[in-house]
Amino acid sequence: MRDLLNDIDRWKSEGKRIALARVVDIEGSGPRDPGAAMAVNQDGEVVGSVSGGCVEGAVVAEALGMLNGDNQPRLVTFGYSDDEAFAVGLTCGGIIHLFLQPLTW
Amino acid sequence: MWRHYSSLLATTHLVIDVSLYPLFAQRTRENKPVALVTVIDGPNIGAMMLIAPGMDAQGTLGDSELDRVVARDTIGEIEAGCTSVRHYGPNGQITPEDLLDTPTVRVFIDAFSPPPVMWIFGAVDFTAALARVAKVLGYYVVVCDAREVFATRRRFPMADEVLVSWPAPLLASRGSDLGPRDAVCILTHDPKFDVPAIQGSLATQVGYIGVMGSRKTHAKRLERLAEVGVHEAKDLDRLLSPIGLDIGARTPEETAISICSEIIARRTGRHAPSLRDSSGPIHP
Repeated sequence: MRDLLNDIDRWKSEGKRIALARVVDIEGSGPRDPGAAMAVNQDGEVVGSVSGGCVEGAVVAEALGMLNGDNQPRLVTFGYSDDEAFAVGLTCGGIIHLFLQPLTW
Repeated sequence: MWRHYSSLLATTHLVIDVSLYPLFAQRTRENKPVALVTVIDGPNIGAMMLIAPGMDAQGTLGDSELDRVVARDTIGEIEAGCTSVRHYGPNGQITPEDLLDTPTVRVFIDAFSPPPVMWIFGAVDFTAALARVAKVLGYYVVVCDAREVFATRRRFPMADEVLVSWPAPLLASRGSDLGPRDAVCILTHDPKFDVPAIQGSLATQVGYIGVMGSRKTHAKRLERLAEVGVHEAKDLDRLLSPIGLDIGARTPEETAISICSEIIARRTGRHAPSLRDSSGPIHP
């Protein structure tokens, strides 16, 4: 989260709407520990990461959906079977629980 | 890839009347401990508090008793440097009986502790490489050498502090700041510096003490340490000397990786081969 502050500050000063996604729990082997964070602004700019690159694209889509939709904070869970993990170049096969919220606080 | 959403329970949205982010950003930048507490499931999903030792909690999770109990637990998490999810009743209930007939509030405690500290004694070539690698790992790096010409900011721009000092005064004044997550690396190769640096470090709670030098240097150093009264096994066991893992490191950069790997392995309790525990030449 520390690494995200400069970009978040800049986006806030530009009046951008921002979504924050944080890893709150992992099951099995996850590439990033709880607390790993990623922020997405209304233009789709991204800082930080919540996995080894496997779910970031989907998180951006979720975040933009939230910012342009109901703005409701929510838990989002990503998992992958071994086959699917292979398909996107992963070997970990874990499950990641993310909390996604608008950064309005 | 699959995904699902938690059931979006009927939520009454709390208006957060305090701005948490600016305070959070400020404390994080100042390396002061702080935690963000967020309801991630249950009533008031998205409600937040900011908790920091020595100040009033900011924000609310929607119930004063819940706030009080969570704030108390969070202080413990901050001290332990833990990030976790905890479960409560809507009014802060914690015992299984009390939780039976209530909705569960799942709370994410995102704790931020100050970065671990690495003190490096000796402003030598290896120091710059070690400071760089330590910065990558998130350490607050202090370089210390008594020789003014060597201990300069220009030689160690990556360090957070460059101090011209003998080891003893620094350890006496700031040694009590060191804890189990922190590291002292003694790279001076010179008994004038090594011995007081080791003595002073042993008097602290620091989790890692590594001392550079060949096996021959190490043997001589043990003699000098014995002369000043450092000979007990409980003390000598704390010294990782020769410093680093046995990975065949040769350059300053490789040596820095070998040292930092040893620090990680010691912290996690893994058995990676340390040079101390093997014999034979250090360099391949």
